[in-house]
Parts: sequence; structure tokens; C-alpha cells
Amino acid sequence: MAAVELANQLKAKFGELLSVPAEFRGEVTLKLADAERIAEVCEFAKKSLSYDMLLDLTSIDNYGEDPRWTLVYELYGTGHGCHLRLKTEVSEEMSELPTVTGVWRGADWHEREIYDMMGVRFRGHPDLRRILMWDGYPYFPLRKDFPLAGKPTDLPDVAFTKPAPLEGGPFVTVAGGKDSIAREPRVRVPEN
Amino acid sequence: MSRRCFTCVASGRFPPVSAMPTSTELGYNSKIEGDVVVTRVDAAINWCRKQSLWPMPMGLACCAIELMAAGASKFDISRFGSEVMRFSPRQADVMIVAGTVTYKMALAVRRIYDQMPEPKWVIAMGACASTGGMYRSYAVLQGVDSIVPVDVYVAGCPPRPEALLDALIKLQNKVQKEPVLAA
Repeated sequence: MAAVELANQLKAKFGELLSVPAEFRGEVTLKLADAERIAEVCEFAKKSLSYDMLLDLTSIDNYGEDPRWTLVYELYGTGHGCHLRLKTEVSEEMSELPTVTGVWRGADWHEREIYDMMGVRFRGHPDLRRILMWDGYPYFPLRKDFPLAGKPTDLPDVAFTKPAPLEGGPFVTVAGGKDSIAREPRVRVPEN
Repeated sequence: MSRRCFTCVASGRFPPVSAMPTSTELGYNSKIEGDVVVTRVDAAINWCRKQSLWPMPMGLACCAIELMAAGASKFDISRFGSEVMRFSPRQADVMIVAGTVTYKMALAVRRIYDQMPEPKWVIAMGACASTGGMYRSYAVLQGVDSIVPVDVYVAGCPPRPEALLDALIKLQNKVQKEPVLAA
């Protein structure tokens, strides 16, 4: 598999910094031990292994675990058609890592969205500010400790928010219920 | 309040009185009354207003597609007087809020509403504009009626173009009943 070979070449270059490539159903994942070196690794992947496209950059909130943030980089090479996934972890006290906009310009807005929704900062980003919410919004909405309904805020002349009425909680469906009345999304109290 | 006045129908181009059929719905007997229609100021002005409600389409999301469908040839909103979708609020009568209003957009919607000259009305089209729809979340305004006064709500996700036309007809009935000269 060309994807595993390329991942092995990447591991050979960086040694202990990267984990052994894990392959699952054709997808190859590498874990990066030190988030500070992400820009170096991505630079090498782009220049020497021709992963010229960053398909996606996203973040995971491991609420309750340390390190709290996991960042996932999806790389793709248009020349060789191989995918690669890089994962790094950042602790909550740090909440910062270098940007990869120097490698792929497309990472710009992805990193702004991660900053807006999770609060992870990117050192060296040309314009790190909120992209979905407005500047001055005080919270990071996609963290697991932020309620779905939202919290009340008020920024005069810009925007206000009020908590949305959830009427008893998120409406959940029952997968595989025998008819649509059974499957209808409604408030369900978990049995535990 | 309302007073009787003589409103002259444009004269000089009508066929001879004897050839005109009388119409019992209007109570207008042309043999007797000639080319003159008598009505109230309220009724006349409101009739003019309701038959030419030009929409300001605040098309924010998927409902805007159904709004476009209502404006296209199959459902044709201009049959009901909404001849042009006026994207300038200064030239519009009714603002059709079609789509999800986020908190980020709420200020802009309010500002556009403020720029419309009186008399103005608002149709909240679809579930998101009426109540926030399926988005019970931190980013979506739960109903545009928190920021602008809404006259007609249209249910649906998205409502069919016929539902929007029904809302327009209901709005026309509401406009017909409004007192023009302030009490």
C-alpha cells in the first residue's frame, strides 16, 4: 500500500517523534508526540512526500482527560492520491501550538474555527480571530462543558444571545423502533 | 375616521352606458350612477396597498429557495401584486424573513427593517424564522419576532410556495382591515 509506505518514510525521518503507522480499513494514522513540531512534520510531508493538500483540520475535546485537546490533520496528495492522518495532543494549560498556514494556506480558516469553537490558539497565525461567532463573544461554544442551549450574553450594537428553550432536553430518536411513532424524536430519560 | 368621498373613475374611455352590464356584487348600477364609484378612503387606500405589496426578501437560508420558487413562473407571486422582489428596503412594503436568523445576523435584520418606510409588514416564513425551528442552540435566534413585529407566520420546513402565497393572502386581508386615518 503506497499510503503505508509514505507513512513509514515520514516515521523514518522523524524517529521517536511519530508513532508506528496504524492502519484501519485503508486509512493510515500517525500520532505525533510533541505538538510543537507539527509545522516541521507537515513541511516535510508536503515538500518531500508531496502531500500537497490539507483536507481537514479539526479538534476533539477530551473533557475530563489530560491532555484535553486532540488535533487531527487530514493530509492528501493529489499526485499520488494517498491520505494520511496526523494526530497531536495539547494540554489545557498550554492550549497553543504552532500554525501550519506556512505550509498550506488553506489551514487559515480551519485554525480560526478551532480557535473560535474550542479556544486553542495557533502561534504565528496571520489573523487569529473568531470566524463563526462575533469578536467579543466570551465563550467557546463547542467545548463539552458549554451547554447546547447557550448562555446569555450581550454586546451592545453587535449581538446578544439568550439561552434557547430546550423543553426538557435534546429530542432523541430510537434507532430501529418498529414504526415511526416509536422512532419519533422526543425527550427520553436514560434508564441509568 | 372614515368619510364618504367621491372617487371618479377615469372617464371618457368607457363604452356607452346602455351597453355596460351591471354587476350586482358591486351594487353599482351604471345606468344610474354613471362613471362614478363611491367608496371609503380606508377601503380605497387599503385596496391599493394590499394589491401591490412589494416584498423585501430577507432570504437567509433554505426557505429562500422556496421564496424564489414562489417568485418563479409556476407559482408566480406577482399574480398577487408582489411584482418585484425589491432588495432595497427603501422601496419595499413587506419583509419576508425566509430562513434561520442567527444572533450574528439579528442586528442586520433589525437595521434593514428600520430602513423600510411606513407602512410595512413582516412575514416570518418557515420554522426557523417563526420560532428558531429545529435549531435550539447557542447561535440561533429563537424566532424573529424578538426583534421585529411579525404579522403572519408560515409553518413549514420549508413551507411550500402555496403556503407562502396563502400567507400573502392572509396578509392582504389584514391590510384591508387596517385603519388608515389614525384614530
